[in-house]
Parts: sequence; C-alpha cells; structure tokens
Amino acid sequence: MFWDKNEQMAVDDLARLQLDRLQRTVGRVATHVPFYRNKFKEDKIDVESLARLDDIRRLPFTTKQDLRNNYPYGMFAVPLRDVVRIHSSSGTTGMATVVGYTQKDIDTWSNLIARILTAAGVSTHDVIQIAFGYGLFTGGFGLHYGAEKLGASVIPISSGNTRRQIQIMQDFKTTALVCTPSYALKIADVMMDQGINPNGLSLKFGLFGAEPWSEKMREEISDRLGILATDNYGLSEVMGPGVAGECQHCNGLHVNEDHFLMEILDPVSLEPVEPGEVGELVISTLTKEAFPVVRYRTRDLTRLLPEPCPCGRTFRRIERITGRTDDMLIIKGVNVFPTQIESILFDIEGTQPHYNLIIERESNEDQVTVMIEVVESIFFDEMKKQRTMVDHIKKRLAAELGVGVNVKLVEERSLERFNGKGARVIDKREI
Amino acid sequence: MRVEQIAVFLENRSGRLAEITSIIAENNINIRALSVADTADFGILRLIVDKVEEAEKALKEKGFTVGKTTVIAVEVPDRTGGLAEVLDCVQKIGLNVEYMYAFVNKTGENAVLIFRFDDMTMAIDSLQANGFTILESSQVYNL
Repeated sequence: MFWDKNEQMAVDDLARLQLDRLQRTVGRVATHVPFYRNKFKEDKIDVESLARLDDIRRLPFTTKQDLRNNYPYGMFAVPLRDVVRIHSSSGTTGMATVVGYTQKDIDTWSNLIARILTAAGVSTHDVIQIAFGYGLFTGGFGLHYGAEKLGASVIPISSGNTRRQIQIMQDFKTTALVCTPSYALKIADVMMDQGINPNGLSLKFGLFGAEPWSEKMREEISDRLGILATDNYGLSEVMGPGVAGECQHCNGLHVNEDHFLMEILDPVSLEPVEPGEVGELVISTLTKEAFPVVRYRTRDLTRLLPEPCPCGRTFRRIERITGRTDDMLIIKGVNVFPTQIESILFDIEGTQPHYNLIIERESNEDQVTVMIEVVESIFFDEMKKQRTMVDHIKKRLAAELGVGVNVKLVEERSLERFNGKGARVIDKREI
Repeated sequence: MRVEQIAVFLENRSGRLAEITSIIAENNINIRALSVADTADFGILRLIVDKVEEAEKALKEKGFTVGKTTVIAVEVPDRTGGLAEVLDCVQKIGLNVEYMYAFVNKTGENAVLIFRFDDMTMAIDSLQANGFTILESSQVYNL
C-alpha cells in the first residue's frame, strides 16, 4: 500500500527532482536567511553553480549551535505573517531551538506522515491513539495532522496517565498506537499489573519513534502487545516525525527522499562513508518554506541499507539510529562508537550486555579494555572453552571496530550502572 | 551415572571464594568436592554439593553467574597407583579429559575422581567395561 506515487519513483527521476528542489532551496536561503547568505559569501559559494547533487558537498554545514545562535526566528526564510505554526525543541541539551511552518509546510508534513502511517499498515479504517505529547514537541501535532490527512480516526490523548490510555484503548477499540517505544513497554507493564490480556484489545499496529530503541525492544513490544511495531524517524530541526519510516517489512526506515536529501558522512573527516558504513546522518530539506536547512548535522548515527526493499518503494532505507556522534571515541585514530560494541556483544551473548570501555594511554599508545559482565550464555565450566570465548569476543570486536581491544570478563553486577548512553566509557587518557 | 556439578564465575579478587562458601553454608548445603581453575584475571569454581538446585538458586540470587554441567565420579582404592590405573585406561581408550579433580571420602578407604570428558557416554561405557566403579549421583551427594 502506497500513499502517493512518488514512493515508487524511478531513481533518475528522483535525482532530477532532488536537484531541482535543492537548487531552489539553496537559492531561497541565500536570499532570505542572513545566516546562509553570509556563510555562502564567506565560503565564496556561487549558488547558481550547483549543477549536480554531488555539488552539495561544497556547501557549508548547519549545526545545532547555528540554530541556537539565531534564536528565535533568525533562521526563518519567510516573514512571520506567513508562518502558521511554531514548534520548539525541548532544549534539554542546551538552549532551545525554534522552528516554523507555513501552511504549505504543514500540508507537506501531513502528507509525509500519512505516507509513513500507510507504509506501516494504517489506513482510513483505523482508530489511532496518539500518545505523544501535544505541545511544542513536534511528535503529537505532527502525527495528529498526518493521521487526519490519512482519514484515520484520531484519538488525541497525548502522553501520560497510562491507566487512562489503556481504558481508552479498550473502550474506543484503538487499532494503532503512536508513542515512544519505552512508553509502549510501560503500557504493556501496566496492562499486566491490571490483569488485562492484550489479545483482547483491537490493537494491530504500533508506530514508534522519538527515541533510540533496539531490535530486542521491537520483539518484546510485538510479543507483548501482539502488534506490528514499526520505527519512524524525524527531528524538529528538519521537520519533526515524517523524515523516514519503516514499511511492514520492518527492515529499516525509508527516507522520504523527495523532500529530504540525505548524506551519511564520517563525523570527523566529513567525507561520505562507503555505502553501508556507519556515519552521521546529514539532511538538507528540499521543500521546506519557513525553515529550510542545508546540510543539517543531525549527530545521529546510521548506515545506508543499499539493497532494494521488497515493498517496492524506491526510497532508500537507513538502519535505525544506532547512536549519537557525541558518543564517538577516537582510538588510535579510528572512530569507534560504543553502540557498535553493544550490538556485537548482543549478538554473541543474546542479551543486553553490561560493559565498560576503558581507554588508557600507555607509552603514547591507546589501550582499550572492554570489561564485560559474564552471563550464563558466555560462561563455561571448562577453562579452554572460556578462553576461546574471550578470544572470540576479542576478534569480533577488533574486526568490526577496526582497532584491537583487550577483553576482560568480570562478575555480574560488578560494573557501575550508568544512566544514559555513552556513559559506559571511562576515558583515562591525558592528552 | 552422571553427577551434576555447578560452576561459578569468579573474579580474582580477595574474599570472593569465602563469600561463595558462606552463601552455601547459610543455605545448609554441604560441599562434597571443589576445584578452582584460574587465570590471571578470573577463575572458574567447580562445586559438587548435596543440594544442587538450592545451591544454584542461592548463588544466582546473590548475583553470581552459575552454570551446570554433568561430570562422572570414579571410585578407586586409596592406595599408591590408584589414579595412575584410571588415567592409564583413559589414555588407552583415547578419551579426552577436559578437566579432573579428586578427593578422598570420609572413611579414607577410597578416593573419588571427578572427570569431565569430551565424550561422556563413551567414557562411562568404556570405564565400566574396564572394571572401574562409577558412582551414582546419589552416592556422591551423600558421601
């Protein structure tokens, strides 16, 4: 099921459309946004000279800090009278950023959400419960307008009050749930406490986003709530939800490439990574009127999944966000992401591993030790097997990280439990 | 014929072994045999106890990583050459010993050898065929 014909666009046609839209966007920001006008001037960029999509690599990047420096309206490309909606990022990692939408932006956004809902299986027959917060956060309103555009019956319940969520779910016969993946598990927990069997509900689909999650969490949500759980991605600086979403094959997120131009770059060299390698997602908007961005550095890490998807969509897929560039470490000159270690250990252990990463510098050489808590699946009564397992972990880590590491097994529950990602790293290097 | 043994992962830190033995004692479990294999970083403690399930549960509750495997217990007279005879036979048959340890039972007449072989079935059959006494698990737990 498709929402519109662009989803199956021929690759050449898409590239032409992207170039045309990119040229227009760059022309508009050069005229209307002082930040870009000055930057282009500094970098001596002739906006008329963008002849190929690859030429985007000559353009400067936009960072979160640039948006903050232009708080609140400095990055808007239209006068406020043309803006019909304003959203803002939470500002949890610093000063908030403000984004605006024209009526046409809202229409585009709604269509892209309708596209993602359709890809996930939702249709006009569905009753969709939106348990994202309604407010300055783009999640609630973004999904709301898109679901209305699709023609589903929308329950704008907003976030919180889990018992009431469940009550409404039962009474209103909700068929699709929209929330964060962790909240879906919370709902499942409360249902269990209340003795409610999820199989008795009408729930069929769950569309989850707004935070990082794992394949294991997907399995758990699908199992416990008996739904098809799909991932979707977006960020307010670029639009909000609707940038990318999974189809029912659940094999990565199709990027809405007719509206967003993606690049996946090495976060240090800022050169493109090889297709399929992990890098930072950089997005340029192609159709945004009020708040266009050029080469916005999302700091989200992902990789391209170059194989075509059986669903027939030609938009390329990216893997679920695997981490943040903020967590990246440079060890012996190699970029290492703690999340890579996590997924390798998950693969070997079959459970969410607890580990610490310790980096030291001895005689001017970086030494990395991965401390891993032993679980039953990697513990043996025979020393030979135990040591083989350690070697095996060491080899896998070295092969996939591209840098040699020491592996040390420690007892369960002996490592400190940190909150938040990236905090498992203890960098003792004094540089 | 097979005896259940529990294995516990142990970091090489002082007091860890004492902690395990106290947990076992608090739960009124008796240790029948014990061995530790260690490297610079960690060790593997192997235990034969009278109440396997209870011991496993108690240790897991305290956060230890516990595995369960089966071993066989061969009884030999406690005299010079007792062990040599068994090992000689093992070698002739071509059995691979993953690890072994030994203890002497209360009466002091017999020694008990605990073996883990790569092929346990073949080990039991051939040791018995060569006239060695393999203890039943209940005999070992109640030694």
